[in-house]
Amino acid sequence: MDVQMWTYTIVGATFLLYIAIAIWAKAGSTKEFYVAGAGVPPIVNGMATAADWMSAASFISMAGLISFMGYDGSVYLMGWTGGYVLLALLLAPYLRKFGKFTVPDFVGDRYYSNAARTVAVISAIFVSFTYVAGQMRGVGVVFSRFLEVDINTGILFGMGIVFFYAVLGGMKGITYTQVAQYWVLIFAYMVPAIFLSIMIAGTPIPQFGMGATGADGVYLLDKLDNLHAELGFAAYTSGSKPMIDVFAITLALMVGTAGLPHVIVRFFTVPKVRDARVSAGWALIFIALLYTTAPAVATFARLNLIDTVSNNSYTDMPEWFKKWEKTGLLAWMDKNNDGKIQYTGKNAGGGDPFEGKKPEFTKEKGEYGQLLMSNKPTDNSNELFIDKDIMVLANPEIGKLPNWVIALVAAGGLAAALSTAAGLLLVISTSIAHDLVKKQFNPNISEKSELLYARIAVAVAILIAGYFGINPPGFVAEVVAFAFGLAAASFFPVIILGIFSKRMNKEGAISGMLAGLVFTAAYIVYFKFISPDTNKPEFWLLGISPEGIGTVGMLINVAVSMVVSRITPAPPEEIQELVDSLRYPKGAGEASAH
Amino acid sequence: MEKAKLQEYWKINLGYLIGLLVAWFVVSYGFGIMLAEPLNAIKLGGFKLGFWFAQQGSIYIFVVLIFVYVALMNSLDRKFDVHED
Repeated sequence: MDVQMWTYTIVGATFLLYIAIAIWAKAGSTKEFYVAGAGVPPIVNGMATAADWMSAASFISMAGLISFMGYDGSVYLMGWTGGYVLLALLLAPYLRKFGKFTVPDFVGDRYYSNAARTVAVISAIFVSFTYVAGQMRGVGVVFSRFLEVDINTGILFGMGIVFFYAVLGGMKGITYTQVAQYWVLIFAYMVPAIFLSIMIAGTPIPQFGMGATGADGVYLLDKLDNLHAELGFAAYTSGSKPMIDVFAITLALMVGTAGLPHVIVRFFTVPKVRDARVSAGWALIFIALLYTTAPAVATFARLNLIDTVSNNSYTDMPEWFKKWEKTGLLAWMDKNNDGKIQYTGKNAGGGDPFEGKKPEFTKEKGEYGQLLMSNKPTDNSNELFIDKDIMVLANPEIGKLPNWVIALVAAGGLAAALSTAAGLLLVISTSIAHDLVKKQFNPNISEKSELLYARIAVAVAILIAGYFGINPPGFVAEVVAFAFGLAAASFFPVIILGIFSKRMNKEGAISGMLAGLVFTAAYIVYFKFISPDTNKPEFWLLGISPEGIGTVGMLINVAVSMVVSRITPAPPEEIQELVDSLRYPKGAGEASAH
Repeated sequence: MEKAKLQEYWKINLGYLIGLLVAWFVVSYGFGIMLAEPLNAIKLGGFKLGFWFAQQGSIYIFVVLIFVYVALMNSLDRKFDVHED
């Protein structure tokens, strides 16, 4: 069978599986719809959390990013895993004991304030929408690249699938679909990684292969460092970002992870407090499998790439090179007319190969058959343009792996994007049906109509997300920094302080959240939208980039809430008792109904 | 549950948290970032040690930390009779 047939078969089979699970797990009550009836076993919840968490970005982009950033890419590896330690130790067990459905529920009840609840709802909806638009786009990209359908058709198809199982099954349907999606995505990630590891490092375990020697007996990472020095790139294993920025970005990502509503809500679905703790551990094991493989894939891919292209003739390039050239993710401009590809970095007179962010092909071909571009050449020696996303998607082709592996990668990318999208859509619908309609406007609403509102809200959210997928606001990548920064600067401190400080009151929480949000949002908006030209280390506050500024926002939040809470009245007696009751597990079962 | 006992339980919990979070900080921000450069002088097979902590080691240790906390708290819950069912 050819790649196309394999892709249709494998993607089709996984979709049928997701739909079958949705029908089996249909939700009958709001409790089932919002938190899967709080009856999900911890390992299952850990697996669902892992699929929920690992998005199109983790699956498709992360290894490529690390491949180009080397050591600096560690911010994503540590940042997107370390947050689970914070979740397991500081958040999950207490929120499970609290026993309601949503993060705004906790904020509203703990701070006895509808204003606080409203700030939390708005942040939750904003953070989730930011994220979901990117997932829909990921679905469209995978569809168009592997099934060669129009990107919009792909998005519509993806919307249909998510619509079906999210509207029907709610959290219950999503949870069990995510378990299936975890297996699909991890299998799709590991198979090519293992093949590559055997080919390049002679061991089937990529985590070891990365530190092993190649066929010539030289350690792969040493070889890579030498190649980088030769070609003028920063050393692969030491990186070039300032330490304070690496520190701040890592912390903002960790704290942001622990503050993301779609991650937190997964810990409301387990039966017991101790399940919430261990469930975070399982989640991290399942995530770590991919996250410790990604840097190995990055290393292999980088070596392969340099080996294949550097100073070799364009006419000798393998088929995948020309195939990806057609997609515009790869381009070669023969600036010195020698027919060979020069790939060089800043330290050896290299840099961007041409002006503009991506190649603009003229539809004409050069003398070696390369696609010509209308971009203005730059005056440095580098001739190669590569989009980082290629690294994972083209790996099976670079490694000459069988057709079914290529099809599997397509199914894996879709599983990663769909599982994350579904989790986010559920947060949006819960925020609207439960936190807004029921808690703010109509407390006497019946369970049946609340459920109806929740389903309508999912449907509307899917339509809006699909719209942004088809008409992406040019700044999807930019706003990701927003999602993490805002979660770090708002939810995380407000929840932690609500558990660990009995003296924290509503005045402190609201002023802290607002201060953190406003500072972080203003900093990001300034450098990303108002004055992107000054988005450079010399203009940043303390040398911290917009990606890492959530760390400072969080500290501001904590400082402001501590000070304000000490000069305003202590919270009422019953709130202090509520905090006491959060601090030990006994009695968690009864609390879950509301 | 009586206040004094709850306070003692909470204090022990905070002690565990501080210990584990110090380890969490040291392996990632310490070994993986601030001390990465000096640690890179030591080699672990083909890995420079600081680089290994940043891209592999810290993640393994994160997993271990969570399971250590789970074990500590499960036995603490029993000792103070605040475990579920």
